[in-house]
Amino acid sequence: MSQSVNQSSQEMDTATPVSRKKKVSRERWVAAGITLPFFSLFAAFQIIPLIWIVVNSFIYDEEWALDNYLEILDSAFLQQAFWNSIVLSFMASLFAMIIGTMGAYSLRHVNTRLRDFILSFNNMASNFAGVPLAFAFVIILGFNGAITLLLKSIGWLDDFNLYSLSGLIVIYTYFQIPLALLLLYPAFDAIQKDWEEAAILMGASRAQFWRKVGIPVISPAILGTFIILLANAMGAYATVYALTSGNYNVLTIRIASMVSGDVFLDPNLAAAVSVLLVLLLALVTAVNEWLLKRSYHAK
Amino acid sequence: MQNSNRFHYGVVYGIFAILLLPLLSTALYSLATRWGATILPDGLTFDWYIQLWSDPRFLLAFGQSILICLGALALGTLLIVPTIFVVFYYFPRLKWVMNLLILLPFAVPPVVSSVGLLQIYADDPFPIVGTPWILIFTYFTIALPFMYRAIANSMHALNLPDLMDAAHLLGASTWQAFLLVVLPNIRKGLIVSLFLSFSFLFSEFVFANILVGTRYETLQVYLFNMRHTSGHFTSALVISYFMFVLIFTWIANRLNK
Repeated sequence: MSQSVNQSSQEMDTATPVSRKKKVSRERWVAAGITLPFFSLFAAFQIIPLIWIVVNSFIYDEEWALDNYLEILDSAFLQQAFWNSIVLSFMASLFAMIIGTMGAYSLRHVNTRLRDFILSFNNMASNFAGVPLAFAFVIILGFNGAITLLLKSIGWLDDFNLYSLSGLIVIYTYFQIPLALLLLYPAFDAIQKDWEEAAILMGASRAQFWRKVGIPVISPAILGTFIILLANAMGAYATVYALTSGNYNVLTIRIASMVSGDVFLDPNLAAAVSVLLVLLLALVTAVNEWLLKRSYHAK
Repeated sequence: MQNSNRFHYGVVYGIFAILLLPLLSTALYSLATRWGATILPDGLTFDWYIQLWSDPRFLLAFGQSILICLGALALGTLLIVPTIFVVFYYFPRLKWVMNLLILLPFAVPPVVSSVGLLQIYADDPFPIVGTPWILIFTYFTIALPFMYRAIANSMHALNLPDLMDAAHLLGASTWQAFLLVVLPNIRKGLIVSLFLSFSFLFSEFVFANILVGTRYETLQVYLFNMRHTSGHFTSALVISYFMFVLIFTWIANRLNK
């Protein structure tokens, strides 16, 4: 065995350095060539469509112009879509974050079997989104939904409309909870159990520990999760489309209706709205990065 | 202490109940004969499932969904695995490019991508809007982050330069080393990522509806188009679909252990 290794290494040594170098560089070219189909296909179906959107958002009547953007500024309808998207996403992400944080924290204090079960159930539930989820919500919270009727009969609810902002906040919160839990659960690893004991031993109250140590340590993770939830909610389309058949005015619904609706088609205006949506998501992410840099962990 | 423990169990069971409720009600609804303006259904039946599973349009959509997902995953495996190998072995300094690229499918909402895709691929030279091809290619890009992360993680654990040096020293060519040494070692990560990507792609609705719609109906689009039929029927559909996805996620989790 060792002989054959020696032999082959001797063979390699006898090759002149120049020809070896040539061979290696040719091999690198071949290797680079192998990746070509991957990069071309990825470019064709992910990058070029994005470039198309940016370029065409500045084209109006086949000329370079800012009219698409001016049209957004003029249109109360489109501005309402922006506003609705922001309010809906913000509220749903906030609720999901609160529930997720409570859940992630409490999961550390229950027995292992229950915790593992809940975590894998949570993974499963994260698949329950979009059209199937909308249908399920119609069944439980629609006008004749079982929960709606139950809550009405005990008088906790007089008029709840699943197809309105409050209804959408409920369903958006629902599909964001598994994601929030998934992202937040590992974050609580950062807080060692003995920190709390140490703090209490030194005379701090539980509330003091959380105010001075726990929350500063955990807050970047909570904030980061909130941003991801926000972006997720802003980009969501299937759920609200299936629930309201495209009648509730949010950004993604507007964009889709301008390229695939049957009344009013305007792909260039859709491109301009898309650019603004992506910029909004980028802005939110940038703010998050900036806050993270100022946070406890960076120091 | 006793009290705070009770509180934590309460929170955990509460979240479990919230997450379970819509699924449970849908399952119950799919088994109900009639469930009108009452809190519990009148009676139970399997009729909705029988009706669903004997609907040729459903079976066609189911088959077409599977075909598109398998096509996209086959394409993905064929292109992504060699690319990751080349980047890790020959150009490890370019890993950051890959890490940036795989963010795109996450960062750009599908609705936004579909605006561009719809215009570019509606006409010549590549008129593939409305055909399964555009979904196969697009699904390849959105499965990329899942597949890349899993495969790159396995590749990372391999200590590729040493492994390749050892293989070369023993007389293997780079090809042989890739096929006989690297591939078997990343197989587990690859298979797990394929199962996860499958359930993710199988649940995709936005691209399928906007780019193709009823011209090549997938299961999700079929589900949406059935929205005006009986709620019991669509519930049976939702539960059948969910069970199918569940099996795939479950297998992936089992393999991952």
